[in-house]
Formats: sequence, structure tokens, C-alpha cells
Amino acid sequence: MDNSVKVREFVVENFLFGDGESLKDDTSFMEEGIIDSTGILELVFFLEETFGLNVEDDELVPDNMDSLQNIARFIDRKLNASPAAEA
Amino acid sequence: MCGIAGICHIDGPDGVSLNGIKRMIGALCHRGPDETGIYLDDQVGLGHARLSIIDLSSGTQPIHNKDKSLWIVYNGEVFNYPELKKDLLRKGHRFYTTSDTEVVLHLYEEQGPDCLKQLNGQFAIAIWDAKKKELFLARDRVGIRPLYYTVLNNTVIFASEIKSIFTNESISRRIDPIAMDQIFTFWTTLTPRTVFKDIYELPPGHYLKTSGGKVTIRKYWDIPLYSRAEQSDLSPQETCRHVQDLLQDAVRIRLRADVSVGCYLSGGLDSSGAAALVVRNFNKDVRTFGIRFDSDRFDESKYQNLMVSYLNVNHTDLKATNEQIGASLSDCLWHCEKPLLRTAPVPLFLLSDVVRKSGYKVVLTGEGADEVFGGYNIFREAKVRRFLAKYPNSQSRAELIGQLYPYIFNNPRLKRTLQSFFARGLDQIDDPIFSHFIRWENTSRIKTFFSQELNEAIGQYDGYEQVRQSLPEGFERADDFSRAQYLEMAIFMSNYLLSSQGDRVAMAHSVEIRLPFLDPRVIDFAARVPSKWKILGLNEKYILKKSFEEILPKEVTSRPKNPYRAPIKQSLLNEKTAEYTKEALSEKSLSGGGLFDAGKVTKLLRKAQAVENLSEIDNMALVGVLSSQLIHRQFVRDFPLRITDPVVPALVVDRRSEALRAVS
Repeated sequence: MDNSVKVREFVVENFLFGDGESLKDDTSFMEEGIIDSTGILELVFFLEETFGLNVEDDELVPDNMDSLQNIARFIDRKLNASPAAEA
Repeated sequence: MCGIAGICHIDGPDGVSLNGIKRMIGALCHRGPDETGIYLDDQVGLGHARLSIIDLSSGTQPIHNKDKSLWIVYNGEVFNYPELKKDLLRKGHRFYTTSDTEVVLHLYEEQGPDCLKQLNGQFAIAIWDAKKKELFLARDRVGIRPLYYTVLNNTVIFASEIKSIFTNESISRRIDPIAMDQIFTFWTTLTPRTVFKDIYELPPGHYLKTSGGKVTIRKYWDIPLYSRAEQSDLSPQETCRHVQDLLQDAVRIRLRADVSVGCYLSGGLDSSGAAALVVRNFNKDVRTFGIRFDSDRFDESKYQNLMVSYLNVNHTDLKATNEQIGASLSDCLWHCEKPLLRTAPVPLFLLSDVVRKSGYKVVLTGEGADEVFGGYNIFREAKVRRFLAKYPNSQSRAELIGQLYPYIFNNPRLKRTLQSFFARGLDQIDDPIFSHFIRWENTSRIKTFFSQELNEAIGQYDGYEQVRQSLPEGFERADDFSRAQYLEMAIFMSNYLLSSQGDRVAMAHSVEIRLPFLDPRVIDFAARVPSKWKILGLNEKYILKKSFEEILPKEVTSRPKNPYRAPIKQSLLNEKTAEYTKEALSEKSLSGGGLFDAGKVTKLLRKAQAVENLSEIDNMALVGVLSSQLIHRQFVRDFPLRITDPVVPALVVDRRSEALRAVS
């Protein structure tokens, strides 16, 4: 399954309780109140588990986390980074 | 403290049923277990269930004036009645009881509705003028005592609690969709709506009069809003001296009773201050009562113990376990009569049982201090967000948000995320509801669980717009803090704090609460204190803390505020309660109520069971959906029309004519 489909499914299931109709790729989670502080931690846990990523504290910013589009970009960047750079 | 109920045909004589009034009163016996009384004529029926506190021997209601043309049933206390009585005696009034009730009646006889302005107390009143054929209903300024009514076929039916109105079989019991929208935005309905269609509350600070076939409702008081020019220029020291004097007197007159008065003592600033005023000035042997919790996140034992030894009082505590909270939610809702987004009312419901079993009927509480003196985080949050709005990109300004909610910001990973969370709506600082925008928007997210049917019934209704339209003249001129304070008092305080965490959960076990911080003199004086002194920088309740410095330990006056809360998920989904919760939220139950989307609620329930730390909103959704279901179940689906044993009144004044007695 495509990475962004997985993320979308997770967000729809856990934060929108199945109602994903109005969720666009650039919908802001913060502005729309889709995800709050506890939610962000759930999301990070999901990303780390599902994609084997390690999300650093300073990466926990809206630019990386605030929409499906931003998360997709973030995942790509992380997965494409060389192991050396990631360490 | 008591319960009142009655009916009035506004067009003229139409027959009144004695049994009907008895049934209404029967539903209120928890409010007044000591005795009952009834007045009847061809047009009106008044019922009273009494909790005897003042004038134990002769205060039986209904009470009449000298020529028996005026009859009163009354729930509450007017604390300044001895002073009012002196004036009335001078004017020639004579009294046959020593109760405050009779004083209120004579004052009404003397002044009509204007008498309300002189009453310092907490009350819901019904007076029948048998000569003029007028019914007068009134409620205290801030709504400490409840009063509900409905109008059906030119008959006003009123009572202290909605269940009493529902004992009339002709009244339909339906959930009001707009009310659901309001509760899942503001945490409560906007007055005068209740969660039940066509049942209204008489708004705080209002009276209702029926006369010549018409019903009129008038405001006699509003939450004060002073412009800076109208506020005082006293120094903080002088201000504190006034606050000390006023609070001491507010406590003094609230100890007036012919039974012992106890105190709630949580360990927080407000209840500690009230208890300290009692111990130092009036009664060093006062009994105190407090709540403890399983989890450190909610428990205040450290400060409660400190205060108990500091004041050297005889303290009784209740440990509210998660199991007990979950198991008592349904009973608590029977008394609150509205859906809740919190479980915090339940421990207070349990505590009043302890108070009653300890032989106490009356307690002082610290409620209202946060509203009057600026204790809530929402006031500080609005201040920071406003400050941030000037330079939205300023990192140092954004950092201030972390100081507001240290218990949320303890995870440094979340700093940036949370900052952007609170930065929402910064372009709307001129909106009168700016201060409450984030809270209401967050709460509104729970509406995602509403059923399609409910959404369609709500339609395009806009609660924010209703709030904006309801704001009084002078709101625009008031400063930001005073505006936030007004919204908090007008919406949250009367209908949630004083009701679901106040009167209803205390009266469930026949306990009367008295609230010195809501003495009208205190409210008015505090409104005249400039906002900068109420919250100095980000130091909340600054004036109140300073006023209590001499009578409280420093640990209590300087401690960070810990809002009173109770666990939700841990209470509703523990070993003992999970089955019950799941049954109430099953697809079958949900489709019966028709209020929620069963598919979504199932997902929420699944998530709640899977996730260790459920988010704030998900917790609120869980209790909001469950409590709505339980309200629907108890009041709409399964309402018991005959709730209690038949009432045997101590007093029945029956003036009905033979002809109409037969038909009623």
C-alpha cells in the first residue's frame, strides 16, 4: 500500500472516526482541529512503527506534521535519506 | 433548601388537581425530605418539599401574608433577612413565623418585583397573588437555585427540577436538537433552553409574571461590566482590605441557620480561604469535607492535608475511586438532567452523600471565586493569545503559552505543535467571543459523532451568532478580560458549575451549598477592580491571593492552580464499568436514541480501549455521547411517571370550589 494511503487511513480511522470525505491532502490538522497534542503523539508513534522512522524532537513541527501532504513529504525525505545522514 | 413546583392557568379558573401537585412534589423529595405543603385554588396549585434549615418549627410552607391574599413557596435562603425584617417591622408588617420565607413575601407585598434587588441570597420563588390573580416566579442573580417552566395550553407548569414537570402526562419528553448543538459547543445550553424541547429555565436574574392571560419575563440584574472609567482607583492594598471585609461578611451571613453549617475543603485557594474565614472568625470547630482521587493527576491530598492541619479542623474525606465514578454516572445524571462533557460532577455527587450521612444539611463552598476574581486558564490563555496576535511570529511570545498549561507542555516534543494549536484564530481578536474560540471549536469537534438525523434537525443553526447577539450593552466598552469573564459567568457558571457541579449534585442528597464568593456585594466590588490587578501578568487571582495571605499558608496562596477534574476513560472503561458503558454505546442502544452515528461511536470506543492516554477531546466525546444516551434513556425512553411514594402533606390549603374540584 502506498505510504500516503496508509497515513490517510490512520488519520481517518483514529481522528475522524471513519468520516474522511472532507480531508484533503492539504487540510491543516491544526486549523481544522483534527489533531490535538495527544493526537500528535499518536501520529508520531504510528509513523515510527509503520515506516521504521525515528522522528526527532526538532522535526515535530507543523511543516512536517500538519497535513497529509506535509507528512508524505516528510516520510519521503526520511526514507530517502542515507543511513549515515539519518544517524 | 427545598423544592418547589406548581401550575397556573393564566386565562382564569380551570381546575387544579391535588394529585397532580402531589406527584410533582413527589419527584422533588430529595430536595426537601422533611415535610411537604400545598396551596390550591381554582386557578393555581403550589407545592413545596422542605429541607428545614431556618425556623425548624413554624416555617412550614406555603406561607401567606396577613390577609391571606399572597401565598409563597420558596426554595432557597435570603441571608440578609434579619435586616430586611427590621425595616418591615418598622413599617407595620407582622409575622407569624421566624422564617426568611415570610420576610420575602412581605417585602414583595411592599415593593412588588423591585424587592428582588434587596435580596442577598440564592433562591427560586413562586408567589401567587390571589386577589390580582397573578403568578410571580423569580430566580436569584447568578442562578444558584434552579427553576424550570413550560407553557402548555395557556397553563404555566413550573418546578425546581425538570423531572417534576415531566410527571404531568400531557407534557411531551423530547431531546431538543439545538440544545444538543449548544451543549457540544459551550458545554451547556444557552439560557433559557434546556436539553428538553419546550422546557425552559427561568434565566438567572430574571422574573416571570402571569397577568391578564399573558406571560412576561423581565431581567432585574445582569453580570456587571464596568468600563475602566467606572472602575475603582484603589491601590491593591486598599482593594485587598475591602475584599477581606466583604468576604468575611459574606461568610458571616451565610452561617445563619438553625442547623450546623460545614465547609467543603479541597486544598485549593478558594475553599481553603472560605474555610479559614469560618475558623478564624466564627467557628473553630467547623466540620470540613473533601474529595480525594486514585490518581495523582487529579488528587489534591497534599494541600488538603496541609489545610486540615493548619486549620486544625475535623475533616472527613471521600476517596472517589474510578469504579465509583463510573458506576454513579447514571444516578448523577438523573439529578443533573443534562448531558455532561466531564465526569467531575460525580465525585461531588458522592461527597454530598457523605456530608448528609455525617448529619450535615448545609456547607459553604469556594465555587464562583474563579469567575469573579479571574482564576481560569481561559482568561490567561486569551491574554497570551492576544499578546501573541500582535507579533504572531515571535518565538518568545509563543513560549508564554507553555506557562499556561504546564501539565500539557511537560513533553518538550510538543512545544511547536502546541504553539501552533493555540495560535489558531489570531486574526479574530476583535470577535467578542475571541477568548472562548479555541475551547468552543475544540468541543464542537465532538459533533462529528452526531447522527445524520440530528444534524438535519440542527440545520444551519449558529450558536456563536446567538451568543454574539445576546451580549449586553456595555460589552464592547469592557476590556478583554472582563468580556471573557462575562462569557464565562453567563454561559458556563450558571448552567454547568452552579448546576451540575453545584445545586443538583448537592441536593441529590439533600445538602444545601452556600457560596460566599457569589455574594452580590463581592461580585460587584470585584467587577470594579481593574483587570490588571485581578490577573497580574499571568498570575491569576492576584487580588484574592493577596487578600488571603494573612489567613492561609504560603504553600496554598502561591501554589499553581490545579483545575478540579475527574478521570473519564479510567472511570467509564474499567473492569467494573466497561460492560455497562459498552452496552449503552452499542449499535442497538445508539439507534434507539437516534442521536449519534453508531459506526463512529464504535470506532471511538475501540480507540478508547486501545490507547493508553486518550486525548482530551476523545475523553469528552466518550462521556458526552454516553451521558446523552443515559439522559435519553432515563428521561425520554423510560421515564417513570410516578417517581416516588405518595406524598402526605403536612399542610394543604385547599380553596378550590366544589364545581372545579370535581373536574380536576
